Amino acid sequence: MDYRPEVISKLSAMFNAGHGTFLKDSPELFNRHREKAFNDFLRLGIPDRKNEAYKYTNLEKFLNYQYQDYFFPLPSDFREAERFHCEVEDLNVWNMVLLNGFFPHGEDGLVMLPGGIWVGSMKAAVRQFPSLVEKHYNRYVEDGTDGLIPLNTALASDGLFLYAPKNTVYTKPIQIVNLLHSDKDIFVQDRNLIIVEEGAQLSLLSCDHSISPRRFLTNTITEVYVGRNARFDIIRVQNQHDNSGKITHTFIHQERDSYASSNNISLHGGLVRNATWHYLGGENSETHSYGLFLADKDQHIANFVKVDHVAPNCNSTQLFKGVLDDNSSGAFNGRIMVHKDAQKTNAYQSNNNIILSDTARMDTKPQLEIYADDVRCSHGATVGQLDENALFYLRSRGIDVHEARLMLMFGFAHEVIKKISIEALRDRIDDLVQKRLRGELSRCASCAVQCN
Amino acid sequence: MKSEFLLQIKDLKASIDNKSIIKGLSLEVKPGEIHAIMGPNGSGKSTLANVLTGRDLVTVTDGSVTFEGRNLLDMSPEERAREGIFLSFQYPIEIPGVSMVNFMKTAINEQRKHRGLEPLSASEFLSQMREKKELVEIDSALTNRSVNEGFSGGEKKKNEIFQMAMLEPRLALLDETDSGLDIDALRIVANGVNKIRSADTSVIVITHYQRLLDYIIPDFVHVMFDGRIVKSAGPELALELEKRGYDWIRKEADIAEESWITDRKL
Ligand SMILES: Nc1ncnc2c1ncn2[C@@H]1O[C@H](COP(=O)(O)OP(=O)(O)OP(=O)(O)O)[C@@H](O)[C@H]1O
Ligand SMILES: [Mg+2]
Repeated sequence: MDYRPEVISKLSAMFNAGHGTFLKDSPELFNRHREKAFNDFLRLGIPDRKNEAYKYTNLEKFLNYQYQDYFFPLPSDFREAERFHCEVEDLNVWNMVLLNGFFPHGEDGLVMLPGGIWVGSMKAAVRQFPSLVEKHYNRYVEDGTDGLIPLNTALASDGLFLYAPKNTVYTKPIQIVNLLHSDKDIFVQDRNLIIVEEGAQLSLLSCDHSISPRRFLTNTITEVYVGRNARFDIIRVQNQHDNSGKITHTFIHQERDSYASSNNISLHGGLVRNATWHYLGGENSETHSYGLFLADKDQHIANFVKVDHVAPNCNSTQLFKGVLDDNSSGAFNGRIMVHKDAQKTNAYQSNNNIILSDTARMDTKPQLEIYADDVRCSHGATVGQLDENALFYLRSRGIDVHEARLMLMFGFAHEVIKKISIEALRDRIDDLVQKRLRGELSRCASCAVQCN
Repeated sequence: MKSEFLLQIKDLKASIDNKSIIKGLSLEVKPGEIHAIMGPNGSGKSTLANVLTGRDLVTVTDGSVTFEGRNLLDMSPEERAREGIFLSFQYPIEIPGVSMVNFMKTAINEQRKHRGLEPLSASEFLSQMREKKELVEIDSALTNRSVNEGFSGGEKKKNEIFQMAMLEPRLALLDETDSGLDIDALRIVANGVNKIRSADTSVIVITHYQRLLDYIIPDFVHVMFDGRIVKSAGPELALELEKRGYDWIRKEADIAEESWITDRKL
């Protein structure tokens, strides 16, 4: 039976009942978009497997569930959250915790970092930079067929705001820890906006954690504007426990001569779906979409990518890898769309997966739509086991079979990790992935919850 | 009691996918000896190396193999390596993402653990790397990469010898390590082999060409034919094979051309 009508009617009831609360506590700009967004959600509904982009991903387990009422954190919640320390914490980064999608200190939560870069809450940003936020908010989302996207616009109240004004450069990565912490089961909708103006440079490390043994579902939108000749990198490390679902929609809009990269490292989480849109709107730009996941037990991890080559002379790459064990499943859906004026496009896509058990399953699907004639596109996908020849080579040098398998898996994964341009970060993520492969990451340093 | 032989193969038969490849082969190697194995393509030389190193795609159907008097066939590939067997592969494989340094460090320390030794310290390991790299004249640019990744054919072979020098085996099997090497590389590889050979290190050289044997002088040369050793003699045999090819051996060894051909047809 279709579970969706009932869930939609519950969400409608919540939207109507909660209206007063979040209208009061939310930025006016957010409120202005709500009604239309909710109607869009009602029109599009919750995507099911008839939707091409969700063909291999079943949302039911996480959506068909009665989450608690709409959530607003209290100051005491933040105090508790700030005690949390992340595994990658001793990195040289500027670090901030976002609790259940909310920035601490609400409307005052906006600071300028050395070099002139602003970081803080969306709420505060709407106050401090009203016209800037208005210019970019909800401009880059492609709503298409996915009702979860307008659902976020309809329900979100806060999120991360990052702003690198023209020619500003912040050399350290900015780290945001997205913490899930609650004594109730909650559905989180955070809304993030990142603006990297002309000539500016910014890297963001975003780490997802859950520290209470509740059921969580997160539906995140991150809009990114990368101006002329600007550079932006985002690295996500997803490490929520397996009783949580994480759905992200990231829209990266690029102007000419710009560079952007996205790297999703998914280690834990019952359901993870990352959708990343790269819009190459200006000539001579470069964009990279990377992803790595390690799945076991009953995890499902899906990556959806769409690269839109709108302007000519742009390069794009997609490199996604997965390792699947037990009953886990994975999906990769990578689209390249070359619009008719996008001559001299170079687009590359590769998806490789290793399956370690008889019951794990991976579906991979490239989609190329090319309307220009002077284009170089290549794509390839593999689903297979560990290479027996390589395994024997390592063993023939005296390396234990178990260790040899780990080395091969790690080597396989490292091909994605090595794309991370910040060396210290690369080493730390190498380390996290090693630990995950060795089964040591089931408990993070200061976390009380078993991830699996 | 310890055997006088380092390696003793008795009437070995082995098959791949139920196809018999090694058809009754015996060979004895004493510590310090160098044996060369020659023979036409497809005669089973690499398969023999696979049996000795424990590759599971080959099934041993009969016979025995002992290493220092112990049953080799019972051991896993990694145990054999730790006991001191090393194979320089005919076709070394590329392993992207696995760094040479990490690979060698893991291999050495597993071997040391097996021998009841502490792991090497970082500096000990690096100085050993340096020393062996010089020995085989291999560039640091190569050892800083992933295992064999993007190495040329000759570089891969040199890298095998480098690993051999690092692991200091008791028995080294060189499967066509000379093919694809230029003259200088051939000399370097041969030097590497001669440096590790000692009173208790033995070497089995599988080759098609006499030229490597100019540098690594074998005590015995064996000719393999269709899964058997059909002739064994001193180093002069290699020279003769170079001159005369294999036909005369086939006749001399009384492998009737006819039966050989019918064999093949089956
Ligand atoms: N993996 C395999 N599957 C099926 N047959 C195999 C396999 N490996 C080897 N063989 C067969 O076994 C026989 C012996 O092969 P092997 O590689 O041992 O020969 P070789 O003497 O090393 O030859 P070369 O001089 O060409 O290296 C050949 O007929 C070969 O086709
Ligand atoms: Mg061979």
